[in-house]
Parts: sequence; structure tokens; C-alpha cells
Amino acid sequence: MSGRAIEDLNEDGPVTKMHAPIRLEYRIGAGTAQSRFLRGVAEGKLLGQKCPVCSKVYMPPRGSCPIHGVPTEEEVELPDRGTVTTFCVVNIPFSDLAPEVPYVCAQVLLDGADTALFGLIAGMPAREVRMGLRVRAEWAPREEWTYNLGNIKWWEPTGEPDADYDAYKDYI
Amino acid sequence: MSERCAVVGVGQTKHKSARTDVSIAGLVREAARKALDDAEMDWSDVDAVVIGKAPDMFEGVVMPELYLADALGAVGKPMMRVHTAGSVGGSTALVATGLVQAGIHERVLVAAFEKQSESDAMWALTVSQPFSAPLVAGAGGYFAPLIRGYMRRSGAPDHIGMLVAVKDRKNALRNPNAHLHLHDIDMKMVEESPMLWEPLRYLETCPSSDGACAIVLGNEATAAKVPRRPAWIHGTAMRSEPTMFAGRDQVNPQAGKDCAADVFRQAGVTDPRRDLDCAEVYVPFSWYEPMWLENLGFCADGDGWKLTESGATAFDGDIPWNPSGGVLSSNPIGASGLIRFAEAAQQVRGEAGDYQVDGARRALGHAYGGGSQFFAMWVVGSDKP
Repeated sequence: MSGRAIEDLNEDGPVTKMHAPIRLEYRIGAGTAQSRFLRGVAEGKLLGQKCPVCSKVYMPPRGSCPIHGVPTEEEVELPDRGTVTTFCVVNIPFSDLAPEVPYVCAQVLLDGADTALFGLIAGMPAREVRMGLRVRAEWAPREEWTYNLGNIKWWEPTGEPDADYDAYKDYI
Repeated sequence: MSERCAVVGVGQTKHKSARTDVSIAGLVREAARKALDDAEMDWSDVDAVVIGKAPDMFEGVVMPELYLADALGAVGKPMMRVHTAGSVGGSTALVATGLVQAGIHERVLVAAFEKQSESDAMWALTVSQPFSAPLVAGAGGYFAPLIRGYMRRSGAPDHIGMLVAVKDRKNALRNPNAHLHLHDIDMKMVEESPMLWEPLRYLETCPSSDGACAIVLGNEATAAKVPRRPAWIHGTAMRSEPTMFAGRDQVNPQAGKDCAADVFRQAGVTDPRRDLDCAEVYVPFSWYEPMWLENLGFCADGDGWKLTESGATAFDGDIPWNPSGGVLSSNPIGASGLIRFAEAAQQVRGEAGDYQVDGARRALGHAYGGGSQFFAMWVVGSDKP
């Protein structure tokens, strides 16, 4: 609309909508704790951090335990496999950024972690995904790795028997 | 608190998918004017204005409180903005209540809005960060897994969500301000609607609305002078918790339980199902009715779905939930919490029109937001506390 006089706009009839698209581009100063995590991810490692008070392991770590308010300085390397605690099947094509529908959004609890990661489940039909499913990370090709958890493209079934509900029910 | 506080005026727009006839300012002013008319007041009677809305990124209007000062008659008066994500409408009312109870102001105008037709909530909720996988799945993609968790935990049968979806849309047919008026709504219609975020169907989710809500709060002297019955505020509470900590119960969050316990203690409510006459509770997805029934202590853990199934929460039940049609029938996000608070007030004022619950004297208004991490509640009553 730039450069058009108000009287010219009248040709299109009255204004009925004001869309104000905004764009946000930012650089993240990840801080000490999260930088350690992202450096690990860039090497294909998943580094959790343990609370010195409650021994809970945070994944991804945020540098402190929200319950005890203390730094989580002890690093724990976790395997790139875990359990689907819960999920939903997305059937709406949201945008070009989203995968082809249907796709599965899940919470994945890595073995040894006490908080779950969000992730996509692939490598099996969406309708067969279930709570308790055992999964492992499918990494992007190594040359594409950056300081970003997006290095894990999705999670695929390992073929192990499903985890018992009791083993993960307190993580939902 | 030194001062009693009451709702003395309520105004809402007709909520719809696109209000092309008004700007954001026009929309908010329309609700505010109605609230002032209801209280038989004018802009000059207002001492301060408190407004709330969802994050600025939604409409792309940064600091709308500055832009709206003129439209809300706030020039030369104190004006402030409250932010607590989806619960903001409730928190905004509570901040304003505090100003009256503390004796700082006598009459405060509260307004909240969203113009979803000019906004992109989907984009605003999908912020890319290197610490987590980019999930382009919307709010439903966040809450549907928690609903699945609830279903597994409680053993609730699949049709409970659909019961709520039908009940709230039927209630909305009595409410002229509701966005959705689905005259043919029934279980079959809900069941046949597209499965968006399995286990959540299209008709089990809230619409995207343009709308605003406003209320006028007054102290005791003000309440004595207004033409219609005031809704007295018997208790107010807010709680929050982080979205992610080890051992967090995401389905039944501690902050919600603590908030309910606090507000009920203040209001002298020991058994909310028995002691309250109705409730307006933030239920944006059908299954959140049974989940919040448990979280708010209307029944024991695991029994929420049984209460819904029994019809107890229906319009003719013993504890009607969302007689106005609720968030499932109108969702101007920033306003949705204030609408819950305002509808609770209308019930105890006897001003709820065709969806008036007979003899309602005490009601709960509830809002939640973020990743179920912000809670705001009030109990209002016909009697002076």
C-alpha cells in the first residue's frame, strides 16, 4: 500500500481488515548451561543435567532445577532412545513448515531423563503409535548437524516391547 | 482487604469469526460502552482502566494499551496492561479488583479483547528455538497429548468429550453473544467432524473469534448507587507454575489445585459442587471439562468424566458448567477469561437472560493459560461478603 494516497484506497471500498504481519529474527544468547547442551547436540550427544538436591535429570537442561532453584551442574549423557509417554495425531496441514499429514507429535522420555522432549514419530503408520512405544532418534546426516535439537529429524520405533504404563505414568 | 468490591456493569460484543465493521479500538470500545451503559456511568466516572489481551505477536500490534488509551477514555488516567497468556482476561479482572479492594480507586473499567481475524495465533505460538524440535501443531498439538494422558489415567470412555462439545453448543443457542450457534448440534455431528488432533475432533475445539468483553468494578459506595444488582466478589486467586519441571503433573496441575483451594477458602466454599450454583470455566477443548472438574475439586480425581456423563454439568444439572456456551462457543483469546468472569457475575446478578440458572447466588469464574501454567479464579455472589 505504500505510496498510495488515501483517496486512491477508496476505490477498493472501505477498509475492513488490518493485517500487520510481523517478523521476528533474533540471536539466542544460550548461556553457559544451554550452550553445553547445544555443543553436545552438534556432536550427536544428548547431555542432560542433574539436580544436586533431587537428582532429577533435565532434558533439555535449562541450567537450573525449577523445584529447588539450584544450578544443575552435573552433566549426564543420555542415550538417544526412550519411551513415548503420550502423543496426538495431527491431521491438519498447518503450513509449509509442517510435515505431511497425518503426523504424530509425541512427548518422548529419554531413558534416564525426568522430563520429556517434544518430537515427531515416524517410521510407522500414525495409527499404530501408542503410549509406551519404545523409540530411538533418527538423526539428520552428520554434515547437516548444527547447534540445534532439530539435528534429530524424528523418532522411530526400536522394536522393543512397549514400556509398562507404571514406568512412565508419572511423567505426563 | 479494606474495601468490598463488586461488578456493577458488564458488556460484551457479539462474537464472530470476523468483525469487519470495526477496528480493534472500535471493538474494545463497543464492549466498554455497553459495560458503562449497564452501570449507568460515563467515561468520566471511571478512575482507571486495566486491559488485557494475548501476546502482541497475535495481531502484530505492539503495546496496544498505548494505542487504545483514547478509545477507552483513559487519557489522563492510570492505565495498565496485564499479560498472562490465555488466562489474561481473568488476571486482568483480578488486578483491577485489587485496585478497588486496596482503596486506590473507586471505579475501574476492565477490558479484554482479541481480533483473531487480523491475527496469526498459529504463527505466534510456533516460536522456533534450538532447544526443542520445531513442532508446527498449534495449541491442539500441545493439549491433545495431555487429553490422551487424562483418558488413559481415568479410564474415561471416548464419547465424554463429545458430550461436552454438544452440551456447550446447546447452551450457546440461548446466548445471543455467542459466536457459534449450531442449531443442529448433536453427537453424530461432532463424531463426524474431522479428527484434527486425534483424539480431538474439529467440533471438540474452540472457534477462532473476534470479540471483546468489559466490566466495571466498583467499591461499596459505588455498588449502592448503581441501578442493577451488583455481583459481589467473595474471593480471588491467581497461581502459576513453570511449564517444565521433573514430576510436573501436566494433566492435573498443582497450580490449578492450589488456586482453587485458595479462592474457595476465601469464599467459604467447602464443597464447590454443593456450595456453588454454576461455574464458567475455561474449557477450550471438550475434554478440559472433566479434567478441570477434578482439578478444581468438584469431584474426586478420576471421577470428572462420570460427573459430565451424569448430566450434572448440563444446564439443568445440579452444577451447570458454562451455561453461556463457554470457550467452546466463543474464543476471542484475550477476552475469553474475562468473559468467564463476567458470565459468572451475570448469573449472580440475575442478568444472564435466556441462560440464567434459576436462583443462582454464587458462581465461579475461571481462566487458565500458557501450558496450563497460569490460573486465575474468582467467586462472585449475590450477597455482600
